[in-house]
Amino acid sequence: MSDDQTGRREFLARSGTFLLLTGAAGIAWDAVASGEPEKAPNYRSTDHWWAMAIDVEKCIGCGNCVRACKEENDVPREPFYFRTWVERYHVPEGDIERPEVDSPNGGYDGFPEKYRAGDGAKSFFVPKMCNHCAHSPCVQVCPVGATFESPDGVVLVDKTYCLGCRYCVQACPYGCRFIDPRTKTVDKCSLCYHRISKGLTTACCETCPTGARMLGDLKDLKDPIHDFLRTHKVQVLKPQMATGSKTYYNGLDGSVR
Amino acid sequence: MEGLLQGVQGYMYPNEVELQWSVLIVLYPYITGLVAGAFILASLVRVFRVEAVAPTYRLALLTALAFLLVAPLPLQLHLGHPERSLEMYLTPHTASAMAMFGFVYLWYLMAVLLLEIWLEYRPEIVAGAQSATGPLRLLYRVLTLGSYDVSPEALRIDDRTSFVVTLVGIPSAFLLHGYVGFIFGSVKANPWWSTPLMPIVFLFSAIVSGIAAVMLLYMAMTRLRGLEIDMPCVDTIAPYLFYAFVIDFSLETLDLIHRIYEADESFHTLDFMVRTRLYLPHIIVQIVLGTLLPIGLLALTQVVKLSEPARRGLYATTGVLTMIGIFAMRWNVVIGGQLFSKSFLGYTTYKMEFASQEGFLMAAALLILPFLILWALVRLLPPWGGGHAAPQVRPVA
Repeated sequence: MSDDQTGRREFLARSGTFLLLTGAAGIAWDAVASGEPEKAPNYRSTDHWWAMAIDVEKCIGCGNCVRACKEENDVPREPFYFRTWVERYHVPEGDIERPEVDSPNGGYDGFPEKYRAGDGAKSFFVPKMCNHCAHSPCVQVCPVGATFESPDGVVLVDKTYCLGCRYCVQACPYGCRFIDPRTKTVDKCSLCYHRISKGLTTACCETCPTGARMLGDLKDLKDPIHDFLRTHKVQVLKPQMATGSKTYYNGLDGSVR
Repeated sequence: MEGLLQGVQGYMYPNEVELQWSVLIVLYPYITGLVAGAFILASLVRVFRVEAVAPTYRLALLTALAFLLVAPLPLQLHLGHPERSLEMYLTPHTASAMAMFGFVYLWYLMAVLLLEIWLEYRPEIVAGAQSATGPLRLLYRVLTLGSYDVSPEALRIDDRTSFVVTLVGIPSAFLLHGYVGFIFGSVKANPWWSTPLMPIVFLFSAIVSGIAAVMLLYMAMTRLRGLEIDMPCVDTIAPYLFYAFVIDFSLETLDLIHRIYEADESFHTLDFMVRTRLYLPHIIVQIVLGTLLPIGLLALTQVVKLSEPARRGLYATTGVLTMIGIFAMRWNVVIGGQLFSKSFLGYTTYKMEFASQEGFLMAAALLILPFLILWALVRLLPPWGGGHAAPQVRPVA
């Protein structure tokens, strides 16, 4: 088979896929436009089980993810409201119980230089977000079930139902929730549900320049997240909380909490 | 808002800087605690036959009702969407500890407190419906619920029923406040709250505060009416307050010793908080002034033979210190539990607002409101003399 033929075949396959996907998006569009993408006929929530893989080794603390998230999800810009944020750790050698941590404006503006290389400590960045736990304490405590785990493993909030009692904010061990001062209801990372249910990735993953964040579908056996989880020594935050966290970290230092 | 960041020491997760539960949520356990405690005091008369405290029986019931009516208000005012609160009754999420609040509350209000008060006051209500004039007559008539039978046989049935209601009421009062403790004690994310001792600590501190509140109210009201305080009554209440306080303090000390000895990952953070930001409200106000001092004063009245005026003075002082101490305890649980970061790396500050929906004025109003309700209840259903409040003049045959 000549190169020419291969090229043509690949072109046809790609165009076919493109047309097919466009068609699929067209079918789904009504549901997506009405704000209920999970009802899209070609997105079956039970077919997916979303997770996030974060590679601490790759994060450079640029804050792209924080900015993209705030823009994409209309998160209040004040420094007290974050669906995702980035922390900078500075850990003196061996003293993992007393790390120095900062996150100026959640990392939205990046990190001003603070530490000198060779000061006898290690420094690294840790992106944080909702862990989309499978046994979420926040979901457990909501008195009306306004926050719930979707069949595809995403912890979501029904803002038309939330009382604003803040019990879930107290129950989250990771500090991932806040009360939106405009709606007086709770807000948190939705794993860009409006995007992932259309076949897109999250805003934070989309804009990460180093690929430190990777959205993955654990039910899709071809998803690269399986390789990532197999080939890296991953950890979740605060494993002692037994929340069934689905945000997996590679290179997570023992000092991170 | 920007000023909030200046109150941060060390590192807080960004979403943690702003406190979620304000002084209104401090009031919630404080007020429900008074309800439960007042009811337990009433049950001393009704179930445990401690006749000496009978003069406080009706007052204790009315106090419990006055505070119970106010108990949901701080919660309601604190909600981002108070108009949706009914959803907790209509579509409760059964896994949520908080979802049960409405049911526990309604059970306690309707099946215990209102029923017991109604049974206790039925003869007076019927008399009022027949002798009062104007709108008051109408009100009493409504309160009779159509039952005018005050024959000895009917009153005997009332008496038996109300005994059973009180019997059911004791575990219900335990449930009401133990449950409030569970709301905090079951939050595993928060080491300051997360302890199985929380419901039982809440319960005993509730009993302490309720007994102290009714004792103070009884003494103050008797004085205002220009009458002599019944010393056997307060002399009997005092040891109950003392024993409840000793159990309460023992439980809290057990919790403290356990934390210090275990010294888990949160210990250094909490220890530092107690030594700095919580030093005044926790060590000074709650433990020294609000617990050790009243326990010491009560012990004094039990050990040393004191004159009546001295005892009255000591009981009043003890009562006031207790009320302040238990308030501080609620404050330290609710506010203290939010001053440190769940990262255990930093602390934030709570600055109470003054005139906002969750500010000082509102909190003060919510603390005064039960007393206004109690004033109205006392006018409508006088707690002096009749029924079980004075067994010696109980209507017979």
